[in-house]
Amino acid sequence: MLRPRAHEEVWPATRSDRQRRDGTSALRRTFRRDSEPPASFGWPVKLHEHQAKLVLARAGIPIPHGQVATTPDEAADAARTIGGRVAVKAQVHVGGRGKAGGIKLADDAEAARSAARAILGMDIKGLRVEKVYVERAATVRSELYLGVTIDRDRRRPVVMLSTVGGMDIEEVAATHPEKIARGWPDPRLGLLPFEARRLCFEAGVPKALVAAVAAVAERLYGVFVNVDADLLEINPLFVQEDGSVVAGDAKLDVDDNALYRQTELAGWKETLADEQIEERARELGFSFVQLDGDVGVIGNGAGLVMSTLDAVRDAGGRAANFLDVGGGAKAAVVKAALEIVLSNPRVKSVLINIFGGITRGDEVARGILEAIAERPPRVPVVIRLSGTEAEAGRKILVGAPLVSRETMDEAASEAVRLAKEPARA
Amino acid sequence: MSVLLNRNTRVLVQGMGREGRFHAGRMREYGTQVVAGVSPGSGGTDRDGIRMYDTVASAVDATGANASLIFVPAFGAADAILEAIDAELPLVVCITEGIPVHDMLRITAVLAETTTTLIGPNCPGAITPGECKIGIMPAENFSPGPVGFVSRSGTLTYEIADLLSRAGLGQSTCLGIGGDPVIGLPTPDAVRLLNEDPTTDAIVIVGEIGGSAEEKAAEYMRAFGRKPAVAFIAGRSAPAGKRMGHAGAIVSGNQGTAESKVRAFEEAEIPVANAPSEIPGMVRKALRS
Repeated sequence: MLRPRAHEEVWPATRSDRQRRDGTSALRRTFRRDSEPPASFGWPVKLHEHQAKLVLARAGIPIPHGQVATTPDEAADAARTIGGRVAVKAQVHVGGRGKAGGIKLADDAEAARSAARAILGMDIKGLRVEKVYVERAATVRSELYLGVTIDRDRRRPVVMLSTVGGMDIEEVAATHPEKIARGWPDPRLGLLPFEARRLCFEAGVPKALVAAVAAVAERLYGVFVNVDADLLEINPLFVQEDGSVVAGDAKLDVDDNALYRQTELAGWKETLADEQIEERARELGFSFVQLDGDVGVIGNGAGLVMSTLDAVRDAGGRAANFLDVGGGAKAAVVKAALEIVLSNPRVKSVLINIFGGITRGDEVARGILEAIAERPPRVPVVIRLSGTEAEAGRKILVGAPLVSRETMDEAASEAVRLAKEPARA
Repeated sequence: MSVLLNRNTRVLVQGMGREGRFHAGRMREYGTQVVAGVSPGSGGTDRDGIRMYDTVASAVDATGANASLIFVPAFGAADAILEAIDAELPLVVCITEGIPVHDMLRITAVLAETTTTLIGPNCPGAITPGECKIGIMPAENFSPGPVGFVSRSGTLTYEIADLLSRAGLGQSTCLGIGGDPVIGLPTPDAVRLLNEDPTTDAIVIVGEIGGSAEEKAAEYMRAFGRKPAVAFIAGRSAPAGKRMGHAGAIVSGNQGTAESKVRAFEEAEIPVANAPSEIPGMVRKALRS
């Protein structure tokens, strides 16, 4: 439950407050502990473990010797080159691959071959494993968690360190909040050495390891900034028998707004099968999210489309997708949007909700008319046009095989009702 | 009758390309004082009757501008914002979508040490109806009155302003603060400005899934609210882990859910509308009480 905090604790709103706040000790505030769960958030550009580890290794963070393999033979070769005990790890963009059997230990090349044979082609949470990463198995004495993400509320990066490694950090935050040390470095200064050390001491890292772990933390923060990451985690960070530390697993999500200046990472981006339609929509200039209902939704503006999805649910239906045509959509874009929504065989009705501002109602109407003329829709289409040039748009659509409604609520109810009707002959 | 912008606000436009010129024209039609345009290399010229300058500093020196509106494309937008902050403009509005979040982290760190208020990025801007519009919103949906309005959305803001205006509920100032995860004027800050504005009698807070700005705003109103408020959250039916159009509109794990936001408002005794169409009735009721 939320409780009002002391005045200073509420997000400062006025300039004088900000100045007062920042006139004291910025660095001290940067390193406050609290028990709130981390504000991590994932964005689309996810890298594989072996890619993330390459990025870490370039920054001088120790990683186990490893190689990518796409066949059992390659895995055996890799194991031979590396020598000794290896881990064979599925490279897929989902968590929980260990539990799904996607990570196997192998004592020699033959064992690596059979491990790879078992893992390659495996289905993990709907994703087919196309490649494995073969790496030297660490001699684990203990495991740590080390991660950096963005704290939206504080508008700062947040570095997290815990001696509870190997677990999902949100789970640790829920069960042992006191086991996570956090720091919010000034993005202009980076993670300073003393801040990294303080994190280690606060997290309870053994004194003999502090120098090594702090060094990894500083370098990790540097990578986080240099690659425009939203999230960069080493989990677990292995402490080996000889006292050295090495990254056991690595997770790196990159801000897709920054891909224009992260050209190498942009080239590593993979589009999953179930994201292909979303990728196609992006290329056409609108944002699209596949959902699992049967009412196709098209609108302009993210907030308006989200509200339209909510209206569909409130009317007892389920939306098939989120599609925002964006601002100032011309007829061709609206036409493409309608085609993409209708390409989903589950769709039983389409709801178009446009509030004209920059987007003109007549342009939208023309796009719909063109799309319908080219290929008559196999399902009923409900439209609600309002705002700029809505009147002109409605005139254009007179006589078209469409259902028109005045308000968003009415249009949503009608689209839901039509989706539930048995298919017409 | 307003916060942040009024009829005396003197606006310069950074990025006088196609979009910048178009909206500068629309703003002038509305009555906004557009006193300068800034595009490096264009100093001394004139675009649509607007005097152009090479730098923000020179434009401010020459015209006394006290607000900036930014249309510069994403790769140069962070630099444009910092140039406006450096010129000590009290108000900067950034329309640009797609600014890298690391740029925004650096900008908000700088911002905290200045007296500049940044609205956006990835936003429609702000309007004090009847006086001044700094942004891209269609002005005809807004009308002057006592309702303060803050929203993370664009089009949804126009829709709700239109509903309010049709119901005879004019607005003091509407702040479209933007849909990115890291923004210059987060919801709680905007709510506080409206709460402290003597000409605002009621506040409409339009939020979205993602982050916890709405929870913080509810917390603030619960402790310091001086006037009634009505809230609306877009994305109640959105699945976790999917980014719904706006970079900031994503539920991750148990963070940023609509339920959490609705609960926070209810605990602050702020009624939450189920649909935009319910908002005018709820505002009228709130104003009567």
